[in-house]
Amino acid sequence: MAEAPAKTTGAPVLSVQNLEAWYGESHILHGINFNVNAGEVVTLLGRNGAGKTTTLKSVMGIIGKRTGSIRFNNEDITRTSSDKIARMGVAFCPEERGIFASLDVRENLLLPPIVRPGGLSLDQIFELFPNLKERLNSQGTKLSGGEQQMLAIARILRTGARFLMLDEPTEGLAPVIIQQIGHTIARLKSEGFTILLVEQNFRFAATVADRYYIVEHGKVIDGFANSELQANMDKLHTYLGV
Amino acid sequence: MQALYAQLLVGLINGSFYALLSLGLAVIFGMLNIINFAHGALYMMGAFCAYFLLNLAGIGYWPALIIAPIVVGIFGMILERTMLQWLSGLDHLYGLLLTFGIALIVQGVFQNYFGSSGLPYAIPDELKGGMNLGFMFLPIYRGWVVVFSLIVCLATWYLIEKTRLGANLRAATENPTLVRAFGINVPRMITLTYGLGVGLAALAGVLSAPINQVRPLMGADLIIVVFAVVVIGGMGSIMGSIITGFSLGVIEGLTKYFYPEASNTVVFVLMVLVLLVKPTGLTGRAA
Repeated sequence: MAEAPAKTTGAPVLSVQNLEAWYGESHILHGINFNVNAGEVVTLLGRNGAGKTTTLKSVMGIIGKRTGSIRFNNEDITRTSSDKIARMGVAFCPEERGIFASLDVRENLLLPPIVRPGGLSLDQIFELFPNLKERLNSQGTKLSGGEQQMLAIARILRTGARFLMLDEPTEGLAPVIIQQIGHTIARLKSEGFTILLVEQNFRFAATVADRYYIVEHGKVIDGFANSELQANMDKLHTYLGV
Repeated sequence: MQALYAQLLVGLINGSFYALLSLGLAVIFGMLNIINFAHGALYMMGAFCAYFLLNLAGIGYWPALIIAPIVVGIFGMILERTMLQWLSGLDHLYGLLLTFGIALIVQGVFQNYFGSSGLPYAIPDELKGGMNLGFMFLPIYRGWVVVFSLIVCLATWYLIEKTRLGANLRAATENPTLVRAFGINVPRMITLTYGLGVGLAALAGVLSAPINQVRPLMGADLIIVVFAVVVIGGMGSIMGSIITGFSLGVIEGLTKYFYPEASNTVVFVLMVLVLLVKPTGLTGRAA
């Protein structure tokens, strides 16, 4: 595997080594290796079913069987339960957004507990996503897809977690909304958040990411920095089949 | 007319017990996905707890109203930690069988020591006697049961539908994995929820002790009707359980007056009708 050059020195925020994971009997991840350094936006690219989402879920601790090593801020979290991982400062924005139908927008927003000081205040969140303020009393799932995605990102910004994992935040959204989410991610990065992104849309990823890893058949098969993107375009097309 | 009002009152009282019990069942089903067949036995334990407190420790009705639900709630939480939690993710049938077995064991143990006949539990002095309302005579204790049950039901509804804690609970009912990934200790919440549902059953047991006496099988007789109430109301809704509980009690009471022969079956006939027309229950959400 080609090791992607790290942008900063020192211990990575997240370090995943030889991660294997299973859904019931099916073996999904066959040895995932990658690092995320402080302040970086790192994107996992790959086809459907390659194991990107499973990788995020394994880091979050919600895949039942996992082996190998996952270290967050130099602590081993391979066998830690997901509520404890969250309380260490890992925030997760799932695929399909995970907005709760039985909760209104305000309740959805306030659901994740504050895990450490320094999270965004409600005012800061409404400044970032003005739409949410107007719809606070609507049922969560009555929002448009774009608004739901904003809500899903907004609620984890309140918690004070500085490491965010976003699973396909642009999936199924209109270009203008995708752009807005891109701006949001860029802004979070400038404020020092560390972000691990899963994307199929590498044109979007290219606007925000510092580095990429390519996931295929449950393994990381390649990695490169954003500056090397053009040079790797041909390879990327082959990997992603686009 | 006197007889009609009397039957309406009996209906409201039965409705109070239906509401308290089906409310607990709905909360437990929502969080644990378990059809808690032990509910009747735990209701009975609530009544026995009040009986023991009075006869072994001299602790009266008012403290028992608080102590019994806590004691039985803790017993329920131990059941959940040691047994029920291992059933998560399995078919409903396993939970049903396990809780049914627990109910049989608990009832069997109590029957072994206390037989099947009722033990008396006196109405507290403050609630003795009655009031003449002009159109009927209202025994104060019975009025108290109806009003207090209604307050407890509404408080539970408020807790679940209007508070932060309730929002956590509703979210965990929908997607426990994600709620846990936000840093909320969902397994502990499940245990406490079971304790809450069981505590409500025990509270109903204490309320019922002065009216129905304390018997090992008092819950077994009641629980079948309560399950019919839950089916009619729908498993998903808190307010639905409360309204259905009280209304079915009243309907049962009215049937006793107008067509007594059907009073024992009317709830089940309604259940069949509801299942035919709206299988998710009157207020239930599709599973």
